[in-house]
Amino acid sequence: MARARTTWSTANVPIYLKRSKGEAVLKLTCIAVVLGGLVGSTLLHTTQARANTLKTYAQGLLQPDTQRAALEGLRDLGEPTVQPLLDALKEGALYSWKGVVYRFTDTGTFVDLDGVPLLDSAGEALLPDDMEPVPLAEDNIALVRRILDGLNLFAADVATRKATVRRLGNLRDAAVIPMLEKALAQETHTDVQAVLRVAMDKLRLASPDPNVRLETIRAFGASRAESALSRIKGLRKTETDPTVLTAIDEAVKSIEDYLRLRNAVGYVFNGVSLASVLLIMSLGLAITFGLMGIINMAHGEMLMLGSYTAYVLQELFATTLPQYLDYYFVVALPLSVVVVGFVGVLMERGILRFLYGRPLESLLVTWGIGMMLQQGARLFFGDQTSVSPPTWFRGGWEIMPGLIFPYGRMFIILLSLLSLAVVYLLLYRSTVGLKIRSVMQNRDMAACMGISSRTVDTLTFAMGTAMAGLAGCALSLIGTVDPEVGKTYIVDSFMVVVLGGVGKLVGTVIAALGVGMSNKILEPLISGTAAAVYAKVAILVLVIFFLQLKPTGLFPAKERTAAGAVR
Amino acid sequence: MQPTQSQNMKNSAKGTWITAGLLVLILLIGLPLGHHYGWITNYSLNLFSKYLALAILALGMDLIWGYTGILSLGQAIFFGLGAYVMGMNLMLESSGQGVYGEAIPDFMVWNRLTELPLYWLPFKSFPIAVIGSIAVPALAAAAIGFLTFRRRVGGTYFAILTQAIAFATWLMFNRNEMNLGGTNGLTDFKLILGYALSEPNTQWALYMLTAFLLIACYVGCRWLTGSKIGLIMTAIRDQEPRLRFLGYPIAQYKIFIFSVAGALSGLAGALYVTQVGIITPSQIGVLPSLEIVVWVAFGGRNSLIGAMIGAVGINAARSVLTAQFPEWWPIILGGLFVIVVLLLPNGIVGLPRQLWHGLRHLRGRSSAGRQPGPQARQRPVERPSVNPSTR
Repeated sequence: MARARTTWSTANVPIYLKRSKGEAVLKLTCIAVVLGGLVGSTLLHTTQARANTLKTYAQGLLQPDTQRAALEGLRDLGEPTVQPLLDALKEGALYSWKGVVYRFTDTGTFVDLDGVPLLDSAGEALLPDDMEPVPLAEDNIALVRRILDGLNLFAADVATRKATVRRLGNLRDAAVIPMLEKALAQETHTDVQAVLRVAMDKLRLASPDPNVRLETIRAFGASRAESALSRIKGLRKTETDPTVLTAIDEAVKSIEDYLRLRNAVGYVFNGVSLASVLLIMSLGLAITFGLMGIINMAHGEMLMLGSYTAYVLQELFATTLPQYLDYYFVVALPLSVVVVGFVGVLMERGILRFLYGRPLESLLVTWGIGMMLQQGARLFFGDQTSVSPPTWFRGGWEIMPGLIFPYGRMFIILLSLLSLAVVYLLLYRSTVGLKIRSVMQNRDMAACMGISSRTVDTLTFAMGTAMAGLAGCALSLIGTVDPEVGKTYIVDSFMVVVLGGVGKLVGTVIAALGVGMSNKILEPLISGTAAAVYAKVAILVLVIFFLQLKPTGLFPAKERTAAGAVR
Repeated sequence: MQPTQSQNMKNSAKGTWITAGLLVLILLIGLPLGHHYGWITNYSLNLFSKYLALAILALGMDLIWGYTGILSLGQAIFFGLGAYVMGMNLMLESSGQGVYGEAIPDFMVWNRLTELPLYWLPFKSFPIAVIGSIAVPALAAAAIGFLTFRRRVGGTYFAILTQAIAFATWLMFNRNEMNLGGTNGLTDFKLILGYALSEPNTQWALYMLTAFLLIACYVGCRWLTGSKIGLIMTAIRDQEPRLRFLGYPIAQYKIFIFSVAGALSGLAGALYVTQVGIITPSQIGVLPSLEIVVWVAFGGRNSLIGAMIGAVGINAARSVLTAQFPEWWPIILGGLFVIVVLLLPNGIVGLPRQLWHGLRHLRGRSSAGRQPGPQARQRPVERPSVNPSTR
């Protein structure tokens, strides 16, 4: 590197090269000056010419009979400098004095068209008594407004441009279309471009020319925009031209087909999203259930604790490290696993181990614990607190027009796949997993082989609660955090465990997908305000009827004991 | 320690009549006299009457859980069904007296209905409503039992399934489309059989009826648990596989007991709604179902008297505590769950015996170490954790 640099330093450059470089620079400067002069003078010239025309038109405004022509001239000028003049005219702040046009400004001075204030010899603002206001003829009000709209289309502020376009689009006046076309040609902002196109389409649909309508409708059909549907359908009622009518029907069909596809994709995504939450929750439940025969009724509250871990960390970061606020989630994710896992260890060691072999009593005790935790959280944190997701989880991926997959949900799906992989590896590819499975198969025999079944129980229970904690932390991304957050998912998770059986992981996966998907697919099928309620009821009925066929779930554990059939 | 079954059989007849006599003395003679002389206010009598209705509910829970070992987390459904059936009759009895003066209840006017839905019609008649408030829950219980017990769904599976059913029922009853009053439930009753519900005399009569029915239910349950069916119930709880090998149709027994428990719950609901004057979906969900379990666990799940004491005791405590510390009640209830299950396997009723055993144990064999609860000692064979089967 050092050598390369020396080669380029001026000291080593041959003299002839130096000279020729100097000459080149000189030449270039000459050309630039000449060109610049040319361009500059042209610009100056045109500006002056325009200023002159502006003044001429302004004069024209003074007389009622020339006002319209002057306004039309101003419109064709299409210059931003026209705006203050017309604004003043519209608001009655335009005056003439001694044949010169003045605007009365907000600061209380009169300024001429070049913006030079009218001052007396002492430099004070001059307010002559014989200023004559310039009246705006009633017929011309609409024209002025239109011209101003046209100017606003080129305003520097994006929001102004958008608002103007939207307003123009609703005018149902085909005359606006060329104006919008011009604006579209110059527009660089994609959002405004989109708004412009929509507005133009709207206007074209209202066009008196059937060919224009036909083309627009065909374009709509091709674009398959949901927003166009109601408009086309609206047109269908008033349309008389037969070709346009058939085009409308085709376009409606095309859009509706697309919407159906898009909704289907959306439902599947929602289903997968719900299923992934259920999967994280029920993996832990199912393993504990298979191992110890107990269902942790406080599982929903473990999820709640995970959510609150995220909340507390967010508050902590907000007060101590506000500049790294986004990173709270990176800390919260593992911490919620640790915290809730530890709570699981406490529960197992402190209470559940005294209830061995009494699954129903264990169930009741965990329910009592859950109730205390829930109310405790309500007393401590209040009824509703919300976690704002880190900035990188905001927004989503627009997979097809009008359908957005939020990043938060996509993250949860990924997380559930990851948890599934970890649980799989832990259960089937590690020594701990071997022990867990052996205790699951035959507790006494495993104990005889020197496996501490109690330790395995504690570990497994803690793992189950830790996963609920993870789910809770992840869920804080997409919903509010409240003491009853677990309630939303807990009954479904139980159904997943019942449906999946405890023999294999794949049972839980299939059951989670089944319950999640059918929830989200039944909802639109049932439709109406109570769809979610009836979908839940329908799933319960389905689960009960499924148990008629396979009372031990999809993948029951293989067993030979008589008690097995009893559960 | 629970007496063995043979002792139970021998003592049952005598014990039943002694307890029933005591109950009659207290509930049907003592309290009304106290009320007559003004020591007990109308309000207290009405409140106590409500507890007695809930005690009937606890009896049903004790039959199914304490004696048969099936944990149902959905008993409040049956209670709610009974209460709603009775509530419909009470609503119709006072029809025409609503704000709108229509023949249909006010909330139906809000729902833009002009005539009664079909399933309301039969309950216009009081006898049908009384029968319905017992039969509808019993049939619902039979249906649930038919779908689960026949396929040998039991234990934890059954518990969480019934919990899910309770949840779903709660969701459904909250909907206005059900035409059962939505979240507001059924309320604003005025008359029962033409008598004003607000009259002290009516309330006194309802108290006497409730107390009488409670005693009758107690005697009936004692008879049931002391009979051959009671033996089979206990056998199902303690050694279901063995009983199955002996050829007993277990599912049918379970369905029967579950229906009886459902009928008792429905009766309790009917009595409750007439005296409290309101039934809402919040009383038929998951939480109320679990509260019933606490009553029975607290009082003593192996004893019918215990279940009744638990229901009355906890509800009285609830009335006092929710007035004083409303936000602490769920924590107290949850704590009660943990403490009772861990430390009082036989509830309050079993406490003296438990203490006595503990003392004797300490004196006799101080080296024995941890004293397992009588419950645990009684059922050592049932170690469901031994294999995954037990769940």
